[in-house]
Amino acid sequence: MKKTLIAALVGSTVLMTGCNEPEQVGIAPEKYTDSLFAVMKADRTNYTKLVVKRLGPAGAGAVKPDEHWQDIPNGTLLPAQMFRAGAEAVAEMTDDFTYSLQSIWPINKQNAPKTPMEKQGLEYIAANPGENFYGKEKLGGTTYFTAVYPDVAVSDACTTCHNDHKDSPKTDFKLGEVMGGVVIRVPLDS
Amino acid sequence: MLNASRMWLFWLVLSLAGLGYFLFIILNEGPQREQLLIGEASHGHFQIELACESCHTEAFGGQEMLQEACVSCHGDELKAAHDSHPRKKFTDPRNADLLEIIDARYCVSCHLEHQAEQTRAMGVTLPDDYCFHCHEDVGNERPSHKDLAFDSCASAGCHNYHDNRALYEDFLAEHAGEPWLKDVAALAVPETNLAQRMERVLAQHRVAPKADFSEQRGQHPEISGVWHSTSHGGAGLECAACHSGEQGKWLAKPEIEQCETCHAQESRGFLAGKHGMRLAQGLSAMSPGQSALAFDHGASHSSMSCNSCHQAHTFDTGFAATEACLGCHADDHSLAFKASPHGQLSAHGPDESGSQAEVTCATCHLPRVEDETNGGFRVEHNQNANLRPNEKMIRPVCMQCHSLEFSIDALADPALIRNNFSHAPEHHIPSVDWAKARESGN
Repeated sequence: MKKTLIAALVGSTVLMTGCNEPEQVGIAPEKYTDSLFAVMKADRTNYTKLVVKRLGPAGAGAVKPDEHWQDIPNGTLLPAQMFRAGAEAVAEMTDDFTYSLQSIWPINKQNAPKTPMEKQGLEYIAANPGENFYGKEKLGGTTYFTAVYPDVAVSDACTTCHNDHKDSPKTDFKLGEVMGGVVIRVPLDS
Repeated sequence: MLNASRMWLFWLVLSLAGLGYFLFIILNEGPQREQLLIGEASHGHFQIELACESCHTEAFGGQEMLQEACVSCHGDELKAAHDSHPRKKFTDPRNADLLEIIDARYCVSCHLEHQAEQTRAMGVTLPDDYCFHCHEDVGNERPSHKDLAFDSCASAGCHNYHDNRALYEDFLAEHAGEPWLKDVAALAVPETNLAQRMERVLAQHRVAPKADFSEQRGQHPEISGVWHSTSHGGAGLECAACHSGEQGKWLAKPEIEQCETCHAQESRGFLAGKHGMRLAQGLSAMSPGQSALAFDHGASHSSMSCNSCHQAHTFDTGFAATEACLGCHADDHSLAFKASPHGQLSAHGPDESGSQAEVTCATCHLPRVEDETNGGFRVEHNQNANLRPNEKMIRPVCMQCHSLEFSIDALADPALIRNNFSHAPEHHIPSVDWAKARESGN
């Protein structure tokens, strides 16, 4: 699916012109989500490389990245958990947007796509490396601008953990491959 | 016309009278508030059901207001339990279809109050198979779960909705195969250096020298005689430390307000549990006679305070740990304690090294836990902190002496709980076996 340009969908930022045609002001939805994703990707990559890789078992051995990090001395979150912790913290601060990390090969089945658009988007980014997916969907009576971005294996820690995990449905991930996707939603009805 | 006017006047007067009556009830605390109850409160909240403001903090707050009330009392506990289903997991719009069935963002979706006829274990007001709505396909992921009934998820000793610290798969596998009884049943001492702690607490809380109260002291020579052999007396405390009321005047009966001056953590725990929750809401103290549990008839009218267990002036923690409990609690579990293997431990006396292996009521229900504020250990005075669901007790208590498998089996057996673990568990919960099998790829 080609990139879809969403025109004039942000109701609160739309002004009507004399020709009765809406003129969009403010930031376009895809630019908004692209920007959010840039921050997320940068933080995620930095945590993976600068903390987990550098201070974890492959580096100084000062911290122990572990799924059950709260239960072990010096435990710290896995990169995917760190990402989700951020998403949950954001959800406690605002409902202007939400985001989640999903995959069509999830270790935890709760992170598999649920909505038809999530499935469509995750399959699209897996089949078209380097491309993003944009669309609109209605959930619980609200219309959302939904963007799906590829989540790429940036470190061998990502591939090793997923390939070796007993619950992983895919065990041949390689560095640089798409392992899942970041789904960002922006409500359009408000 | 006149008749109609009189009727309207009569209606107005009646309405105002009715409105005034209910306003009076709402604004004045007391037993008359029972008329406002729309149904009996659950086991967890019946003690404070007339303190309406505890949960209904605003007149027109709605669901969010109720949620805040729940979190204000239970939030810290859920956080400490690494809550498996926190609200923040459900706020993403991708869960919208699931929330239409069970709105898991709100506590009251599962724990609806004043619905006694449909309230089940743990105050849950949903049918027991509620896990089905989100985990319908668990049988596909876990062949071992394929034929299990969804109403057994939380009732068979396998899962808790909120607290799975002792039940998650990796933990089960890690502790598989341990001996049912560990070699050394070592319990943490309350404080490695009690004198140091006393010094610290006193330094924090001792105020300017207080009255001598020698007159009152002279009236109670029997207390003065034993005082210096008690922990308080040994720490150098005099009568004024507890008996000072407003403006330093003599206070005949110190209450929790005086105790918490030095024992803040213990008081917080007491007020958060069933023993002190009425006091925490500004109501009169809890009395065994107000509860539906089985109590000794002689204790029915006693009221709960620090001194109920910690006897004024002697403050014998040994008494507080068992005899104080059994002075009131007279259910099957309590009555079976002394003859149980746990109760019999103390009857054996110290071993050759002088160590005394002992299990008291408090060992399990008011356990010693890490003191995160001051270091060392403290006694958890919230008896409910690890009571329900009882799997909460596994890690801080049972596993100090027993294996995980044995603990899970024992706590999943209601008959065994009733007779106070008087014999080995008769049923085996296979969760540890399943976790071990999956770990080894079978």
